[in-house]
Amino acid sequence: MPFNAEQLNMELSLEQKFQEKIDRDERIEPRDWMPDSYRKTLVRQISQHAHSEIVGMLPEGNWISRAPSLKRKLGLMAKVQDEAGHGLYLYSAAETLGIERDTLIDQLHTGKAKYSSIFNYPTLTWADIGTIGWLVDGAAIMNQVPLCRCSYGPYARAMVRVCKEESFHQRQGFEILLSLCQGSPEQKAMAQDALNRWWWPSLMMFGPSDVDSPHTQQSMAWNIKRFSNDELRQRFVDMTVPQAELLGITVPDPELKFNEATSNYDFGEIDWDEFWQVVKGHGPCNKDRIAARVKAHEDGAWVREASMAYAEKQEQRKLNPIEVKTA
Amino acid sequence: MKKYLPLYEIFIRSKNGLHHKHVGSLHASDPQMAIMNARDVYTRRQEGISIWVIESKDITASNPTDSDAFYAPAEDKVYRHPTFYKLPDEVKYM
Repeated sequence: MPFNAEQLNMELSLEQKFQEKIDRDERIEPRDWMPDSYRKTLVRQISQHAHSEIVGMLPEGNWISRAPSLKRKLGLMAKVQDEAGHGLYLYSAAETLGIERDTLIDQLHTGKAKYSSIFNYPTLTWADIGTIGWLVDGAAIMNQVPLCRCSYGPYARAMVRVCKEESFHQRQGFEILLSLCQGSPEQKAMAQDALNRWWWPSLMMFGPSDVDSPHTQQSMAWNIKRFSNDELRQRFVDMTVPQAELLGITVPDPELKFNEATSNYDFGEIDWDEFWQVVKGHGPCNKDRIAARVKAHEDGAWVREASMAYAEKQEQRKLNPIEVKTA
Repeated sequence: MKKYLPLYEIFIRSKNGLHHKHVGSLHASDPQMAIMNARDVYTRRQEGISIWVIESKDITASNPTDSDAFYAPAEDKVYRHPTFYKLPDEVKYM
């Protein structure tokens, strides 16, 4: 434990220099000095983000074999593959902070680490796939674009790659819904039903309201976050409502109303009890999602082991070339 | 628990004429597998035509805490820059 006055002073001046760097909007790189709490906050946020990408493959993967056409199937497969890629960019960024992949995966499987609650809702119909692309990826983009300027270099760079790829996800989702809304009355009803179920969980994706978000202020001081949860949520609503009108389906919020004075849409109160229930593991699919991840990891163990055994054998061969024995 | 596959750093040349550029890392059992994984993770949209991989533990890096002193020798050598030399305006193309 460093506890004499001199060391304490040194720590303080390092912390001051760190904050000055942040205030000049400079980036922090992996081997730079950083306060422990900054490192911990980033590990928590980046790993949570990575886990969300990985778990996010499950609700959509559910529909790959039942996509209504080859075009839709190809699009959905590419999207799910992208989510795997995004998870890997983010794990890679988290690992630069000194945490190992084993530990990260372990934290997901034991429930110690969280992932976005939205993926604990089921995908009941094909319209859900369109709605996820439109709303869930739309909300993710809203959150991720400001993260491209996050103070931690590897996270910001990962986000630039993610954002470039994400826009295809949202467009493919919206196109699915557009087709359904221009189709038969049953198809349009299916789109409306999906919006009814996904609207509120999508708004919850921005996290608790600013007054209940303990980390926001510190994260903003560190330039990890650039906008508060409520600011981003409001922007999302303002952007999305006209899109719903274009589709001809109704946002399930009787209090939703354009406010001439603020030029924003006012909207109803979010059911925060539901939000906290799902965060705490009591959503409709929490158990299924983790069980599927654990199974995939365990079923893949033999592949990792075999590939390591092969690599070690190749290495040995290089060191001791096999002698050909003759009888 | 068994140790996870080793970590590799990935460098990609996006087209001939440009340098390989660091893009991130991934886990693989050997360099060949790292190259195959890098193709799937980092070039899904034709971002590269050449991939370099190296195990992360084999990289030696300069120490950022010494960087002030380490790069100081270049600080006071303005005469290494063209603008240090004053020429009359009539001299063209120099």
